[in-house]
Amino acid sequence: MNLLRSATLLRHLALTLLAGFALYLLSLELDPFRNFQLATVAAYLCATAGLTVLTGLSGQLSLGHGALMAVGAYTVALCQNTLAEHDVTGNGVLPLSLLAGVLVTMAAGFVIGLAAARLRGPYLAGVTLAVAVAVPAATVTFDELFNSEQGLGVYVEPPPLSLGPYFPNERWQAWIALLGALLTMLLLANLVRGRFGRTLRAVRDDEVAARLSGIDVARAQVQAFVVSAAGAGLGGGLLAVLAQSVSPGAFSLTLSLFLLMAVVIGGLGSLSGAVWGALLLVALPDLAHQVSSGLVASSPAAAQRLEGNLPLLVFGLTLIVVMIAMPGGVQGLLHRVTGWARRRLPSR
Amino acid sequence: MSELLRVEGLTAGYGAAPVLHEVDLSVPAGTIAAVLGANGAGKTTLLRTLSGLVRPSAGRVLLDGRPLTGVPVEKLVHLGMAHVPEGRGVVAELTVEENLRLGGLWRRDRADANKALAEVYELFEPLAKRRRSAGHQLSGGERQMLALGRALVARPRLLLLDEPSLGLAPKVTAQIMALLKQLRDRTGLTVLLVEQNVRSALSVADTGVVLALGRVVAATGADRLRDDEELRHAYLGF
Repeated sequence: MNLLRSATLLRHLALTLLAGFALYLLSLELDPFRNFQLATVAAYLCATAGLTVLTGLSGQLSLGHGALMAVGAYTVALCQNTLAEHDVTGNGVLPLSLLAGVLVTMAAGFVIGLAAARLRGPYLAGVTLAVAVAVPAATVTFDELFNSEQGLGVYVEPPPLSLGPYFPNERWQAWIALLGALLTMLLLANLVRGRFGRTLRAVRDDEVAARLSGIDVARAQVQAFVVSAAGAGLGGGLLAVLAQSVSPGAFSLTLSLFLLMAVVIGGLGSLSGAVWGALLLVALPDLAHQVSSGLVASSPAAAQRLEGNLPLLVFGLTLIVVMIAMPGGVQGLLHRVTGWARRRLPSR
Repeated sequence: MSELLRVEGLTAGYGAAPVLHEVDLSVPAGTIAAVLGANGAGKTTLLRTLSGLVRPSAGRVLLDGRPLTGVPVEKLVHLGMAHVPEGRGVVAELTVEENLRLGGLWRRDRADANKALAEVYELFEPLAKRRRSAGHQLSGGERQMLALGRALVARPRLLLLDEPSLGLAPKVTAQIMALLKQLRDRTGLTVLLVEQNVRSALSVADTGVVLALGRVVAATGADRLRDDEELRHAYLGF
C-alpha cells in the first residue's frame, strides 16, 4: 500500500515535471501577448483548481472566490510595495509576498469556512455572495490603504539580468505564474487522491454516514474552504503581479460567477476540468473582443456595449448547453470519448 | 457478565412530542440484544439517540460506565460504538474500498487499518470481488454487507444495527444473522439489533427488548420471548 501511495506521488511529480518542461518550451515559442495570456490562464488555474475542490468535492457552493482572489491580490500588492519602499528587493521578495497572499487568504477562507460549515445550499450561497460584494466595497471604504476604485500599483522586479538584456517581460511573467499553477496542481492532486479527498466526498454525499464513520463534518468543510482559499489567494496574487496593479473592478461579482461557471463547464470536481475552465476564462473574453471588433465599423457604441456583455452571454449559454448535454463538463465528455474509443479499439 | 451499554430514563424525540418515554436498558458485553416492536414503536429513534444523531431531552446513555452525554456523533466511533443506520448508510459515490477505508479513517495507525480492512474482506467475499465498484452499483445485499463492513473496520465493541434484513432475501438475512453470531462468539462483539423480522432476530439474540409506543414493555431472555405466547400475540404479532 505504501508503495502504491508513493507510486501515485511519483506519477504526479513526473506529470508535473513533464508539463512544466512542455510549457517551458511553449513559452519560448509564443509571442509576448500569447505568453501573457498563458500566464493569465495559469493564474486563473490556481483559483479554479481550488474552487473545484471546494464545490466539486466537498459540495460547498462558493460565489465568493473572486473576493478571495482580491484578498490575495491586495496582500501581494501591499507586501510588494511596502518591501520596495524599505528597499528590500531581489528575487526572493516576490515568492515571499505570494506566500503572504496565500496565508492571508487562507485565514479569510477559514473565517468564511466557519460560517459555511453551519450553512447549507442557498444559505451558503448567500453568505459567499455577500463576501463577493463586500470585499470590493471594503477597498472603497478603507480608501487610505487600498486607494478606492483607483486601486494600487504593484511594484514587480524586472526579469533578472542573467537572462539577458532583451528577455521579454511577458515570458518571465509566464514562468512565474506557471510555476505557481503547477505547484498548486501538484499539491491539490496529491491531497485529493488521499484521505482528504475521500473525506470530502463522503461529507458531500452522505453527511450522516460520514459522521457515523467518525468524520468531523464541520472540520472537513472548514478545511476544504481553507485549501480552496489558498488556491484563490495564489491566483489573485499572480494576477496582481501580471497586471502590476490591483483594483476592485478586477475582482467583481462577475469574476466570482465566471470562476464558478468555468469550473462547472470544465467538469466539476476534476482538476483537469479546472484547466479547461481556466482556458475558457481567458479565451472567451478574447473571443468576444474579436467578435465585437468586427462590428466596430457598423456601430462603435454597440460594439463597446457588446464587448462588455458578450463573455457573460456566451458563458451563460455555454453553461446551459453543458448542463443539458454533458453534465460532466468538458472533462466528463473527454472521459466518455476515451472510454468509448478504448472499448472500440481492442475489438478491431 | 459485565454491562457494556446502559440506558437510564431515556426520553427523546423530534420536536415537541417525545417518541421514547423513559427507556431503561442494559446490554451485557458479548451478547446480542434484539429490540423488537411494531412500526412507530421507537426502535430506530432509540438507536439514533444512542449514537447521538438525536439528542435526548432526559436520561443518559453509558458505554462501559462512561456517560455519552454531549459526545459528538463522530467521536463515538473512537469510543467503540458503531451505528449502521436503516437504509444502509453507504456513501454511494465512493467505491467499496473507499467506503471501507472511511470506517478506519480515524485510525492513525495505517498498518492496523489495513489489517482491519483485510479482515472485513475475509468476512464478506463478495465485497472483495467488487473493491472498485461504486456504492450505487451494488445490490441491496452487497450494500448491507458494505455498511456492516464499514462499521466493523472501526473494530467496535458495540454495534448498533438497524433493520439489516430490510429489503433483503431471506437467505441473505440468514447469512447476516449467522455472521453476527459468529462475531459475537469469536470477538466478543456486542450487538443491539433492531428488527422487524422477529423470528430471525430472536434466532440469534440472547436477550430481547420489546418496545411499544416508546416504552419498554418487556425485557427478558430471547428464549422466554419466543415461548411467551401472550407477549408474542400482544406485541410481536405471531
